[in-house]
Amino acid sequence: MIEIKNVDKIYETKEGKFQALHDVSLTINDGDIFGIIGESGAGKSTLVRCINLLERPTAGQIVVDGVDVTGYTGSQLNTFRHDIGMIFQNFSLFQQQTVLKNVTFPLDVRGEDSKKSQERARELLAMVGLEGKEGRYPSELSGGQQQRVAIARALANNPKFLLCDEATSALDSRTTIQILDLLQDINKKMGVTLVVITHALSVVEQICNRVAVIDKGVIVEQGEVADVFSNPQSEAAQFLLQHTAVSSTITMKKEA
Amino acid sequence: MDVISTFIADYGQLFVDGTIDTLIMTCVSCFFAYVIGLPMGIAFHVTTPNGLHPMKVVNTILGWIINIGRSIPFIILLVALIPFTRLLVGTSLGIWGAIVPLTVSAAPFVARIVEQSLAECDPSLVEAAQAFGASNTQIIFKVVLRETLPSLVRGVAITFVNLFGYTAMAGAVGAGGLGDIAIRYGYQRWVTEAMVVAIILCVILVIIFQTFGDWLARKVDHRRRA
Repeated sequence: MIEIKNVDKIYETKEGKFQALHDVSLTINDGDIFGIIGESGAGKSTLVRCINLLERPTAGQIVVDGVDVTGYTGSQLNTFRHDIGMIFQNFSLFQQQTVLKNVTFPLDVRGEDSKKSQERARELLAMVGLEGKEGRYPSELSGGQQQRVAIARALANNPKFLLCDEATSALDSRTTIQILDLLQDINKKMGVTLVVITHALSVVEQICNRVAVIDKGVIVEQGEVADVFSNPQSEAAQFLLQHTAVSSTITMKKEA
Repeated sequence: MDVISTFIADYGQLFVDGTIDTLIMTCVSCFFAYVIGLPMGIAFHVTTPNGLHPMKVVNTILGWIINIGRSIPFIILLVALIPFTRLLVGTSLGIWGAIVPLTVSAAPFVARIVEQSLAECDPSLVEAAQAFGASNTQIIFKVVLRETLPSLVRGVAITFVNLFGYTAMAGAVGAGGLGDIAIRYGYQRWVTEAMVVAIILCVILVIIFQTFGDWLARKVDHRRRA
């Protein structure tokens, strides 16, 4: 379980203070596929980075499985991060390393036996459907394949949680569906809890069971996906729904 | 043909020795320049305000050392360092006498170009490595240095060619090498052929180094190419 408690994040810029997160509180239960949706600049990427402390909250706490990790530094922080996988919008694969070395990276960092980690990496690559690509470099793969490598890498440590930061935003719609299916599988079969950051309603619709809507650094609404979508309370959620309805009508017209 | 065979008989050995001396000076000083400059460049990169471990004082001091080191013209450094060179290698003459000032002169340059190469590393890769619990040392050695390897290799080629040029000036302390031959025979004794041959050799060698450097940089580059 991840508990985000009253988290503020304030950046000091030359133009003055900028508050990216304002008193954010969320609880992500084990087994959830928890969506965090908002417009760009709403603070969702900052929020997900607070969970694994890539960003340090200015105030508030991050509590994971009952342990307050907010103050973790050094090796304690690195050990904590081994339990949390992460995938990124632009995949963030190491361009100068083979697919196999990318996947073993989180294990190499822990000093795992290299034979064992390679075995594990091969298993994971097979699971994401990339058997035979071990010796390739990321630049030789398609976007969807690269995100699969990133997913395999994020799972190398058998994490309890997987943070997905706009994981499908750089992919075409067909590939998006495949990647979302894969993520759903990982949640069901491996029991990994997913935190899914997105600006696309369709992503939340397709895989999430719970959702929080973030607007200007404030959580304006949260709950079961079905409840939030059928009866949106906040302006931001209503806007998102309307916006999507409009865009899908446009798509239908185009296709017809 | 007679002219050529006479030239080879008279100067052949001289040029062979000179080329070997130049290559030794260049290689050895390049090696030591990296022994000093690479850690300096890494330290500078790591301690910058947005670096992995910001340390303002260390960064400022390193910046000063690098800038001052780079601003002293080599020919002056060569002379100014004579006492230090004697202390270190027992002589200020010959190729070993030249290697010390060559190294001292190139190290800050190396630090600067290493730092520039490292700055090219995509910050999102550093963030990813952090997300997987990599320590700063691991990030430097497993991510940053590897991702910027092609650029680092190009830096070595540039340093090498620069040092190759500097060895000519080292002739001023009796260092030997191709530059020395060009000055002593070509300039001071009016042997124009010696001057021409020295220049041609220099050009050919530089082309070889640079071509090899470019080839190696491409060979180690697995990134997407535009």
